[in-house]
Amino acid sequence: MNTQLSEAPARDPSTDGGGPAIRLAGMARDHAAPETLGEPEYVVELKDVSCYYGAFRAVRNVDIKVARNSITALIGPSGCGKSTLLRTINRMNDLVPSYRSEGSILLDGQDLSSKSVDPVAVRRRVGMVFQKPNPFPKTVWENVAFGPKINGYKGDLHELVETSLRRAALWDDVKDKLQQSGMALSGGQQQRLCIARTIAVNPEVILMDEPCSALDPRSTLQIEELMAELKKEYTIVIVTHNMQQAARASDTTVFMTMGEDRAGFVVETAPTVDIFTNPKNQLTEDYVSGRFG
Amino acid sequence: MSLTSTSAVDPAVRFEPALMRRKLSGTVFYGLCVMAVGILLLALVMLLADVLVRGLPWLDWDFMTGGPSRRPANAGILPALVGSLMVGIIVGVVTFPVGIAAAIYLNEYASDSWVNRVLQTNISNLAGVPSIIYGILGLAVFVRLMELGSTILSAGLTLTLLILPVVIIASIEALRAVPNAQREGAYALGATRWQMVRGSVLPAASPGIMTGIILAMARAIGEAAPLILIGAFAFVTFLPNPFTGSYTVLPIQIYDWARRPQDDFAGIAAAAIIVILVLMLVLNALALILRARLSRHIQW
Repeated sequence: MNTQLSEAPARDPSTDGGGPAIRLAGMARDHAAPETLGEPEYVVELKDVSCYYGAFRAVRNVDIKVARNSITALIGPSGCGKSTLLRTINRMNDLVPSYRSEGSILLDGQDLSSKSVDPVAVRRRVGMVFQKPNPFPKTVWENVAFGPKINGYKGDLHELVETSLRRAALWDDVKDKLQQSGMALSGGQQQRLCIARTIAVNPEVILMDEPCSALDPRSTLQIEELMAELKKEYTIVIVTHNMQQAARASDTTVFMTMGEDRAGFVVETAPTVDIFTNPKNQLTEDYVSGRFG
Repeated sequence: MSLTSTSAVDPAVRFEPALMRRKLSGTVFYGLCVMAVGILLLALVMLLADVLVRGLPWLDWDFMTGGPSRRPANAGILPALVGSLMVGIIVGVVTFPVGIAAAIYLNEYASDSWVNRVLQTNISNLAGVPSIIYGILGLAVFVRLMELGSTILSAGLTLTLLILPVVIIASIEALRAVPNAQREGAYALGATRWQMVRGSVLPAASPGIMTGIILAMARAIGEAAPLILIGAFAFVTFLPNPFTGSYTVLPIQIYDWARRPQDDFAGIAAAAIIVILVLMLVLNALALILRARLSRHIQW
């Protein structure tokens, strides 16, 4: 079992030789960083994960490791199972009746995918931001307070709402409209409200499913800047169709595609710079250079 | 591919815009729509004018505070008005939780199985069953079996059964109109199913649900047929007790007055119709206000 790696100074040989492991990009290349830092600490580990909708296998045999305080981007052509994989991590796809997954998904060493783990508990620890901003039909304040309330937050709710909005870089925009509808905000503000709402329940990991695809370039840039800020405290996994976004915003990139049977699989996982400048796999090179997908 | 399809177009084929004819058909359709509204308006204006002309002279304080009498000059509406209001309250109190809960179960909890679909189709059918049949049901179940007697309670419960299908269907439609992204948003924060329904789906659906309930209540208050069967009296001179004894309601009072031979009772009936129309107007206004208030945070 590969648990809390920060407390295990010994290197895991399997992740050393360019295997499927995701490295924290900055660490791996930063020569100033002392070698004794060793392997980054992995928060999320997907081990041999396959996803099925009924008899259809949507994703097969995925191994991914996500380092703490990093941004990992999942890229790949439409329909290759990126979103399915993402929604498997926080057990969101459990809501789809015909869905099931195999393999294990470890969060801090604990298997989230086991039937004995309550998906409701998982989702508090693994937050999610969706493609289209989906604020609740409530006030801005209530949008942020909803998560803490339902999870039995005992502290000062007003303080938590303000902190969350500040962390989502939205406080200055909305501090005078806390009692207005969250749906009255602009698209980019709504998405940052959804991020504020997500971090208000203090998750360890934030999953983002194409969070900028419904936003204009300016709002997109704001979200990307916000992500860079958020990774200091959270670990982010983002699905994106926008390769420039993956190149700009992520530390590690996972390239997925699908085979003849339409089952998605991971082609290559590497520091983002390597994926875009020096891909090892021909499929990756074809994709990032725009030859297909 | 685009090249072949372009070359496939026969250059001999010409467009015939026929702009005049297309515009004319548009004008004809517009005219038909205006006419439809005109027919509705005409019927409404005629009804209102007739009722107001006949009824207004009889509509005074004595009429509002008096009970029925054999002499038109002494006849009043109070027992029927109070009866209708009490029935309305019982209908509202029972319909509100039962209707919403049933709709939530069918739309949010029950899996999309054929049983569920058959159930929903049947509920839609129930909404079309003639109201007199609900009277028979109410007589058998509430008056006789449960021994509630011919009371306002029986009447309220019978009318609740009558409007529940309509309320459930309207509520299901309102719940169905809530985007799935709302449900996922709540789930993603670690909400249980009930917390998701309570915190996200219900607030989003509440304008539609409340409107449906209030409009259905208006229908219940306007019903006469089932109440005749379960024993609403036409001649009640005292204020009813909802749990014991006889009662009457506005539509039955109107029916009773309207069928009497004396001309003056036609005027009294018209006055009562004005009262029930005002009651409807108040309920509909309430529905509008509630809708506006509940949907102030909703912008899909």
